[in-house]
Amino acid sequence: MTETVPAPASPALERRSLADRLREIEFDPRMIGMVAALAVIWLGFDWLSDGAFLSSRNLWNLLVQTASIAVMACGMVLVIVTRNIDLSVGSMLGFVGMVVGLVQVRLLPGIWGFEHPATWIVSLLVAVCLGGLVGLLQGALIAYLAIPSFIVTLGGLLIWRGAAWWVTQGQTIAPMDSRFRPLGGGVEGAIGTTASWAIGIAACLAICAAAALIRRRRKRFGFALRPLWAEILIAAIGCGAVIATVTMANSYALPAGIARRLVEAKGGTWPEGGLTIGHGLAVPVLVALAVGIAMTFLANRLRFGRYVFAIGGNPEAAQLSGVNTRKVLMLVFGLMGALAGISACISTARLNAATNAAGTLDELYVIAAAVIGGTSLAGGVGTIVGAMLGALVMQSLQSGMVLIGVDAPLQNIVVGIVLVIAVWLDGLYRKRLG
Amino acid sequence: MSIAEPAGLAEPLADRGAPLIEMRDISIAFGGIKAVDGASLDLMPGEVVGLLGHNGAGKSTLIKILSGAYKADAGMIRVDGREVAIASPRDAKRHGIETIYQTLALADNVDAAANIFLGRELLTGWGTLDDATMESETRKVMGRLNPHFRRFKEPVKALSGGQRQSVAIARAIYFNARVLIMDEPTAALGPAETKQVAELILQLKKQGIGIFLISHDLHDVFDLADRVTVMKNGRVVGTARTADVTQDEVLGMIISGKCPPAAVAGPGALRN
Repeated sequence: MTETVPAPASPALERRSLADRLREIEFDPRMIGMVAALAVIWLGFDWLSDGAFLSSRNLWNLLVQTASIAVMACGMVLVIVTRNIDLSVGSMLGFVGMVVGLVQVRLLPGIWGFEHPATWIVSLLVAVCLGGLVGLLQGALIAYLAIPSFIVTLGGLLIWRGAAWWVTQGQTIAPMDSRFRPLGGGVEGAIGTTASWAIGIAACLAICAAAALIRRRRKRFGFALRPLWAEILIAAIGCGAVIATVTMANSYALPAGIARRLVEAKGGTWPEGGLTIGHGLAVPVLVALAVGIAMTFLANRLRFGRYVFAIGGNPEAAQLSGVNTRKVLMLVFGLMGALAGISACISTARLNAATNAAGTLDELYVIAAAVIGGTSLAGGVGTIVGAMLGALVMQSLQSGMVLIGVDAPLQNIVVGIVLVIAVWLDGLYRKRLG
Repeated sequence: MSIAEPAGLAEPLADRGAPLIEMRDISIAFGGIKAVDGASLDLMPGEVVGLLGHNGAGKSTLIKILSGAYKADAGMIRVDGREVAIASPRDAKRHGIETIYQTLALADNVDAAANIFLGRELLTGWGTLDDATMESETRKVMGRLNPHFRRFKEPVKALSGGQRQSVAIARAIYFNARVLIMDEPTAALGPAETKQVAELILQLKKQGIGIFLISHDLHDVFDLADRVTVMKNGRVVGTARTADVTQDEVLGMIISGKCPPAAVAGPGALRN
């Protein structure tokens, strides 16, 4: 900066004060950039598709399609933060999905018959435990035998894909249990308008309560507080997003035939002029959001998360501080596996079939989502929210291009280019402000 | 000159009670190379012992055995006269042994409070991280060390060398250390900050904390240390009270391994 010109407010100074002000209210500029990029993508596709992209129908399906990748991206953030990588998530998904199909269609019905109320929950538990075990096994090899994670999970990519075939010698298993299918979305997986509003209002209350609690706590310790307007603005943005999502989901009407059956099943009569009944929020989206919240809590509020980031920043320092770095590392991969198990349920339920090709190439989308969401491959940096937004960006690009009729090969080319540019921009940003 | 018992506690110090730390005949080898070979070392409460030697003399390795980073192949460590097993950094910390590493060993991507409490986080009743209390405690301890420090919310990689050093020192002294190990504490600091560290050492010494100062530069430690122990090729050349020897004599110990008469010779001393 030049000291010679006594200008009262040079542009440089002004810019600095804006960055300072953003820091003061603890607003992450990178997150703002991501949301802006998403807005550009959405508006662009909406314009190109003559308003089809921002229809409630398309957005509802977009969120459902994002869920499986978003769930795994949460785990991938922690893996990458520890300076590792997991290339096996897509294959783990395929393997776990096949086992879930087998358990649900062949094993459990042999014990308690088809359509038993406990089938879906047992299937889900099997998926989470099996995925977790597979992840822990890989994590143990990485943490205790010091085999590079790239190699272990590259092996895993081949092994679990092969194992997925082995479960049924390549046969597809279908159909799934009717109580399991809602996990995949669709008409059965929509919770209805009333329940959606209930969840939406509860979420808004939780956002406000959390903001108030944190503020009160900081006040008690006499720390600097955000200005009140910023606090209210942040809470308002959060609540606004919740309300917008619920409104969107509720305005996506069920097909008339299904709505009619629904009304008649409840003993009502179908009115003359018809009736529109909204879908409401989708179960897989709620599952993904729950996973995102739980993982954010784990990453920011628990010791385990603190250790994950410390290991990513300086593994030696973490170890010298008495952190059991190997155990933490193994558990991170175990967690990744368990989340792949949840995603296996989502995609198996969505397809209403277990196929040994499920999850093919998912590892690349999951890694791309995490990286687009600001996770640094150098380790130590990344957020769960960012990765979930990254997953949404990836899926928006993909389904937007389908909507406007871009050829499949060109879709891949665009997604690949966007990934590279996003990481380049993030690197530029880091150099400047980081 | 004949060699008596393992070099260590000079007789006049014995009337001050049991040593805080006794390391006896410590050895460790890496791939057949003896990095430390039969080294012994003592530390009394409120005493500053300088550990000197060229790079690669084994001083950092010896001290990492005390701080739990390495496990010795042979030898014994006593704390307050009782033999202890130090298998991990956690064990060392439990005995009140804190270390400020040459590299500072900070996780660069998290803030000062997260570094100070790393591995020993304060928790709320719910089992979650109590960041508010940790930040508040960090403000207190940093206020003592570096009153102008304000950047509590930033990752430590954004801090200056002196500020990072303060964070590493804060981490060591916050948990009521009884023994402080400082590995090249002033290597990365300017003159003013070096003076600050020297003042801090004297202040901690007054509180009865025993301090090991490790350096390859004699001038860094000679004025601060009560005694110096010199290592060469993994072995102890000798130990001397700084009041009894000249800097040139200590330099001779470092360079040639020649022990002056006022020093207690160790197994690494040059025999003539």
